[in-house]
Amino acid sequence: MSTQLAAHQRGFAGRVLAAVLTPGGAVYVLAAALLIATIQANPNFGDPGVIMLFLGRTAPIAIAAIGQYYVIVSGEFDLSMGAVIGTQVVLAGNLIGEDPDRIVPVTLLMLLVGAAVGFANGVLTTLLRVPSFIVTLGMMLALGGLVSYVTGGAATGNPVDEFREVGRGRFENVPVVEFLPYPLLILIVLAIAAVWLMRRPFGRNLLAVGDNPESAERSGSSLWWLKTRAFMLSSLAASVSGILLVGYAGVHPSVGDGYEFTAITAVVLGGVLLGGGRGWVLSAAVGAIALELLFTLLTVQEVESTWRDTVQGVIIIVAVAVAARGWQAGRRPRRSDTRTPSTRIPTPISTNQPSQGTNTGDN
Amino acid sequence: MRKTPLLRGAAVTAAALLVLAACSTDDSVDDPAPDAGSDPTTSESTAEEPPADTEWFVQADYDEQDAQRSATFEGDPATPWLQYIDGAMTDTSKYATQESQKVCFANASISNPWRQTGFITMNQQLQALQDSKVISDMEVRDAQDDDNTQIADIDYFIAEGNCDVFIISPNSTAAMTPAVERACETGKPVIVFDRGVNTDCYTTFIHPIGGYAWGIDTANFLSENLEEGDKVIALRILPGVDVLETRWAAADKIFAENGIEAVDYFTGADPTKIKQIISDELVKGDVAGIWMDAGDGAVAAIEAFEDAGVDYPVMTGEDEMSFLRKWEETGLTGLAPVYSNFQWRTPLLAVEMIAAGEPIPAEWVLPQTPITEDERADYLAANEGMPDGHYAKFGGEDLPGFPEAWQDR
Repeated sequence: MSTQLAAHQRGFAGRVLAAVLTPGGAVYVLAAALLIATIQANPNFGDPGVIMLFLGRTAPIAIAAIGQYYVIVSGEFDLSMGAVIGTQVVLAGNLIGEDPDRIVPVTLLMLLVGAAVGFANGVLTTLLRVPSFIVTLGMMLALGGLVSYVTGGAATGNPVDEFREVGRGRFENVPVVEFLPYPLLILIVLAIAAVWLMRRPFGRNLLAVGDNPESAERSGSSLWWLKTRAFMLSSLAASVSGILLVGYAGVHPSVGDGYEFTAITAVVLGGVLLGGGRGWVLSAAVGAIALELLFTLLTVQEVESTWRDTVQGVIIIVAVAVAARGWQAGRRPRRSDTRTPSTRIPTPISTNQPSQGTNTGDN
Repeated sequence: MRKTPLLRGAAVTAAALLVLAACSTDDSVDDPAPDAGSDPTTSESTAEEPPADTEWFVQADYDEQDAQRSATFEGDPATPWLQYIDGAMTDTSKYATQESQKVCFANASISNPWRQTGFITMNQQLQALQDSKVISDMEVRDAQDDDNTQIADIDYFIAEGNCDVFIISPNSTAAMTPAVERACETGKPVIVFDRGVNTDCYTTFIHPIGGYAWGIDTANFLSENLEEGDKVIALRILPGVDVLETRWAAADKIFAENGIEAVDYFTGADPTKIKQIISDELVKGDVAGIWMDAGDGAVAAIEAFEDAGVDYPVMTGEDEMSFLRKWEETGLTGLAPVYSNFQWRTPLLAVEMIAAGEPIPAEWVLPQTPITEDERADYLAANEGMPDGHYAKFGGEDLPGFPEAWQDR
């Protein structure tokens, strides 16, 4: 959004260039570069079927990143995501079991639980004014404790295969790409919905709230309900991820562990500004894909998987540092347009007419 | 402060450079890859050198367990939880009593299906012994995989538990040794089972043959069914637990001797990780075998082969029902090693023997025999209706509450 003013002045090529120069655009280049590097390191990864499998298994992470995006762009954090995923996985395992008739009611219940967790996070953050960092951390611990109470920390059996189909199944015989995994399809649908949502008043207000809560509130948007909806979207996204992960992998209490940080890393890598107000939702999803590509590249290069966390930690720090500066670079042209009169005028005045220099004030 | 146009231009350029630097920064993130990549290869090559004793590999223990795999066990094979290898016995005549005993059990955790199954069996055995008035009560404290918690639990039992007998399933070997010694100093019988401690002050230490035997059985099976140069992926739960580390130490040694290329990963039994690891390995090249240090997550590993549309591997899992069922369904070449789950009955039966003043083995080594393809159907039939997290050799068929107690968990 921030580049739009500048963009219209530059034509298509200029707009693409301007977009790529922002952190939200650079992530596409990064993802492409990582894909090329991975294929170069092992040509088998260039096989369409392999890429589809990769995108299928990355979809739950990208969906979580989209959910986390809503919260981060409104200036908050959601650390409860991984615990929500774990809760949903265990719910699916325990409640559906071997009975296909329970799939629909339990799925509805899971979405309801997801929405309720998000609602609680939102209300506690906005109305009780507890920092979201603390609220969602508390939620993470509470849900984690619940899961280990219910399961004792061990896996229960997998639910029926029909339920798992959504996370494991695929459309066969698709031209060019061989097949299309269902999770990828769900990701595409949710991404389109997210882009649409961010162009609606809700999305614009969410960005405004993240950028400057006070001005947004004065302009009439209801702060608590806006942010609460963001938290609900985040928890619902985590719930969908959970459903897909049960299908993809199966039931285990550790499924979802660390997803909150993977999602935050993906969002940050997608150039979304921590603290809110700036960033594109699709870049967050691509950030997730880029992150997983990086991990795949490390695997291909035979780097031990124990390095994963370290790499992720470094990425968070570097990406936040770069994003903070990068968006300033993106903003700069617009600022200069609007400020030109006020910034240029004082200089000539102060040199030519020293007596008025004091009136211009803030030098 | 306001900047002059020149300064502002410079700032924009600098900012743009920083954005560009973002790309080059990512390069530098990639850069460590080859360097870091050389680390595992060097550590691998040292691992392949002739075995010197390391923290997790003691040649003498390896040889002992290798021999115990074919040892004769005393007692009735129909009740393997009472069988033992002939050796030193502890005289318990001083403990002989007519009183019902209060048992205090410091448990490491019930955080995996193996421990959960065993704990159910133990509680059903308790019920049987309460019915016969041998045991009045068993107080259980669960340390939730935490050394400090378990030390506190044991000290609580010593000070406040009013215990007649201590049963300890240690969370870790070294850390729990002093606490076990303190329990011994009370002069009451102390029964240690599953993981070991570095003292022999206990009345009896109950365990199946051990991790090396597991590693030998499984690695021999894979080596016999694979060719030299084939690749095996080793899926390991977590580092630092002796009964798991020794499984891998023994297997790794045998793979190296047979020219099998084995790559090991820690998974935390997380099926998402397992699937990802196998998927990536399958893209990199053929995977001929899967070795697991515990069967939890075996199904996810097999599914990764299905998703990739390649042939099933030769595989060793565990006697967990999920693996046995998937093994039968897929018809892959496999073996189910067993870390005898029925050992959870033995400590309470030892309490009964101690209260009767009967001698018991000082180190009570229980049989540990893998389930082969030929035996699989029998175990599947015997455990029909049991949940996926159940263990075929749980040994509780004759206990009160069978089978509901194990089915509803």
